[in-house]
Amino acid sequence: MHPLIVIAAKEFRDGLRNRWVAGATILLAALAFVLTIVGSSPTGMLDVKPLTVTVVSISSLTIFLVPLIALLLGYDAIVGEAERGCLLLMLTYPVSRAELLLGKFLGHASILAFATIVGYGGAGLAAAFRGGADAESWQAFSALLLSSIMLGLSFLALSYLISTIVKERSTAAGLAVGTWLLFVVVFDLALMGALVASKGGVWTDLFPKLLLLNPADAYRLFNLSAFDSVRKISGLGGLSASARFPAHVLLAVLAAWIVLPLAGALFTFSRRQA
Amino acid sequence: MDAVVLENASKIFGETEALKRVSFAVPQGCCLALIGHNGAGKTTLMKLILGLATPTAGRVSVLGCDPASAGKAFRKQLGFLPENVSFHDEMTGADTIAFYARLKGVGVRDGEKLLERVGLAHAAKRRVKTYSKGMRQRLGLAQTLLGKPRLLLLDEPTTGLDPLLRQEFFQIIKDLTAAGTTVILSSHVLTELEARTDLAAIMRDGKLAAFGDLDTLRAKAGLPVIVRARGDVAAISGRLNGAFHKIIGPDSASIEIDCPQDEKMKLLRKLAECGDICSDVEVRQPSLDDLYLFYCGRSLNAAGEGGL
Repeated sequence: MHPLIVIAAKEFRDGLRNRWVAGATILLAALAFVLTIVGSSPTGMLDVKPLTVTVVSISSLTIFLVPLIALLLGYDAIVGEAERGCLLLMLTYPVSRAELLLGKFLGHASILAFATIVGYGGAGLAAAFRGGADAESWQAFSALLLSSIMLGLSFLALSYLISTIVKERSTAAGLAVGTWLLFVVVFDLALMGALVASKGGVWTDLFPKLLLLNPADAYRLFNLSAFDSVRKISGLGGLSASARFPAHVLLAVLAAWIVLPLAGALFTFSRRQA
Repeated sequence: MDAVVLENASKIFGETEALKRVSFAVPQGCCLALIGHNGAGKTTLMKLILGLATPTAGRVSVLGCDPASAGKAFRKQLGFLPENVSFHDEMTGADTIAFYARLKGVGVRDGEKLLERVGLAHAAKRRVKTYSKGMRQRLGLAQTLLGKPRLLLLDEPTTGLDPLLRQEFFQIIKDLTAAGTTVILSSHVLTELEARTDLAAIMRDGKLAAFGDLDTLRAKAGLPVIVRARGDVAAISGRLNGAFHKIIGPDSASIEIDCPQDEKMKLLRKLAECGDICSDVEVRQPSLDDLYLFYCGRSLNAAGEGGL
């Protein structure tokens, strides 16, 4: 068996053992179910399928929760092993550093993907069962699952970057929480504040593009504006043309947010003193 | 053939010089004890040999290649037990060894056999968090033996092992060296290494203070043999006529005499001539502890550790 697979499988089994998989799945499923049930009540006045409403509410939930789960899952991936002494040991095994890091990433990524698909999938099926769903709402829901996993992976990659840079586990934990605050809370507030302060002046064209500097915003724009029926109820119907990015651009931004931090993590890990 | 060769190897971490121009060679199938207080450079030395760090200056050659640039084939021949390793608490012993076996490209069945060899077969299905310190140490040892390594590096392997397990541990080491495996181990517990290691390297502040087999080290140090005689202390002292350094003790009926190695027989003959005034004689060769203190000095660090 390839060492990459050996390490990834171990990481996933660790997730099963320490209840990470169960915990994340149940949390996502429970919240998604609540949103599905509560959120589908006002659909009567609009010609919108419950599944579409579910997409909007789940994507708002995801922006807060999935990055947090991903960061908590990955922040001690490298620095934790280093503190336990296992890193030193594993580096003397016939395994390259890249295999070690990517193997662990793959394992954590499967935990995230499993929790997202099972947790949200159940809620999606429930919504579809309650009020039916049309082809477009299913499409929107599949896109939601895919982009939620990508959002999780981008923050997982960020947490790996943190984990390879710092020397102590507690530093990594602090940075992980800081990263979450920055991208999920502070970034949008700062943008809005700047927009208000400049009274929508010369910056108007630039601001939407700045949203792409944040994976959470790319995710939000993708899920709330990619499908017409979703846009109708998400409040982004009146979004000006300048803020509308094609779906593939937003997905590419998310993908870049996975690849670049991961490449950074590989680079810093390769130079890290054992 | 020499399994490990160091030529003027130095390592600088930032401002601290962890290793200063260390040179020695360990023949294949030998067991080398690395001895020194904490911070003397033992772990750094092991990292250089393992290829986890590159020497700032000098050359390191292990099993005929440069460990820092050698590939997976080289690392398959290594076994390593870090000083502080805590395996995942939630995994069972069997799972842990199976994981490391797969990582090394060895059959999982071999891992099970090694658990038997270190006496952990009965606890294989238990989680590591229920293991005692000694059991964890044995699990660590089992992991190093995966894939029949040609070079074994053990950083303080006997901590947490009771005397019986220590015996078993050294029996395993003996079997391995007999089969041609080179073993390098570090330890603070010095006396137990006596007669069990072929070579000793004594480290002090990053420098190699002494290297060789125990007889060589003893000869170089020229430490006196201590002869303890029981009987009429004053009379014995009179007979020896001030020829040796003498201390009364540990009780009033005995006397300790420091004697150079080459005058030992002369002293013993004199004591034998004493007749009834000397009722018993005990000869104590300098131990590895004495050698250690001789070569390393009694630094504050070592004294502090000894008190713990």
